[in-house]
Amino acid sequence: MKKLVIGVTALNAVDSPGPGVAVIRAIRESKDFEVRIIGLAYEAMEPGLYMHDLVDKTYQIPYPSGGTEPLMARLEYIQEKENMDLIIPNFDAELFNFIKLQDKLLAMGIRTFLPDLDQLESRDKMKLAGFGKKNGFLIPEEHYLHEHIELKRMESDLKYPVVVKGKYYDAIVANSFDQVEKAFQKIQAKWGLPIILQEFIKGTEINIAALGDGEGNTISVIPMRKLYITEKGKAWAGVTLDDELLLDLGRKFIKATQWRGGCELEVMLTSAGKPFILEVNPRFPAWIYLTAAAGQNQPAALVKMAMGEKLTPFETYDVGKIFIRYAWDLVTDITEFQKISGNGEL
Amino acid sequence: MKVKKNIATSEEGFIFNPSTGDSFSTNNIGTEIILALKQDKTVSEIVQEMCGKYDVEPTLFERDLDEFMTLLKEFNILEQG
Repeated sequence: MKKLVIGVTALNAVDSPGPGVAVIRAIRESKDFEVRIIGLAYEAMEPGLYMHDLVDKTYQIPYPSGGTEPLMARLEYIQEKENMDLIIPNFDAELFNFIKLQDKLLAMGIRTFLPDLDQLESRDKMKLAGFGKKNGFLIPEEHYLHEHIELKRMESDLKYPVVVKGKYYDAIVANSFDQVEKAFQKIQAKWGLPIILQEFIKGTEINIAALGDGEGNTISVIPMRKLYITEKGKAWAGVTLDDELLLDLGRKFIKATQWRGGCELEVMLTSAGKPFILEVNPRFPAWIYLTAAAGQNQPAALVKMAMGEKLTPFETYDVGKIFIRYAWDLVTDITEFQKISGNGEL
Repeated sequence: MKVKKNIATSEEGFIFNPSTGDSFSTNNIGTEIILALKQDKTVSEIVQEMCGKYDVEPTLFERDLDEFMTLLKEFNILEQG
């Protein structure tokens, strides 16, 4: 059996974790192939770098804000040494660069399995409402504020609570205009403008992990209810659900977008049973290992499709599988840290 | 009144709704009632069965059963209607 060499990003298994470590864990669990995992890290303190039972070798790569050129140069260097078959990027912010580079990467022998730029943009926070209207998805009402004066103009029209959201990350629930203003300033300082004001939907928080083949078929879809939510709104524990409404929602999204690769739908299910899509993340979620544990190994299925295999959709999975995340102190030596921070390799 | 088909129950009184992810626990009597509902027994059959088995006044048990069924409906454990 040929050993596949797979590059994986987002090794930041911290309190608001990137999905990389979970993706690797799922891939390693597959009995259908052997792998050598190349970690692609942005920072020396990403815990996945030091998990040598999961990651065989790590290289630092340039930040997404640097654009495609420095990334390509770095990947050429890595490819000379590692001969990677596939890269699985797992950060929202890096996807644009990897999608732009996918033809060049393929010419180097590196496959990817990503949505195209149109698909990526269709689920962008700024365009989600329009996408929902066009395709019949329920999306909370949203307003985009490009300057503070626009917020002042809306003061008398606001209904509380309201969710104040950043362009990329962060969401704060505000119960008064004073709180909205504070949240606006806090998020603006961190992520810039515009700020999104989103209708507050009361309900149960559900996430759906789905994998599309790029031809409108859903290879896997698993809904998960958050059982424990951190201060940052991340699922620290969750359970797989069996609800045809949620499964259909995942399938409908994949079909409408012809999505290629993994994605996560963040859904608020109201007590009336209406599923509002709050956000769509264009990559696997950090809890993706649960799909493997429940019987639909989405990362392994992505690897197979990326390598050219045609897959038929999974049909069953274990309902009531629970994950509970935990913190663990990994101990390493300063020389390890010195290698990655000094040489950019470990 | 029927328990939804996909509701999972254990002998220890643990109830899991796989559609919502909600879980509950109940005592022995609650477990017996849910088991009877799963076997499609009617309310009067349950009252008769439980009053025959335990030392309880039928009117008192009926009232408690009604309250318990209201909770089950509220928690989406029973079929609607």
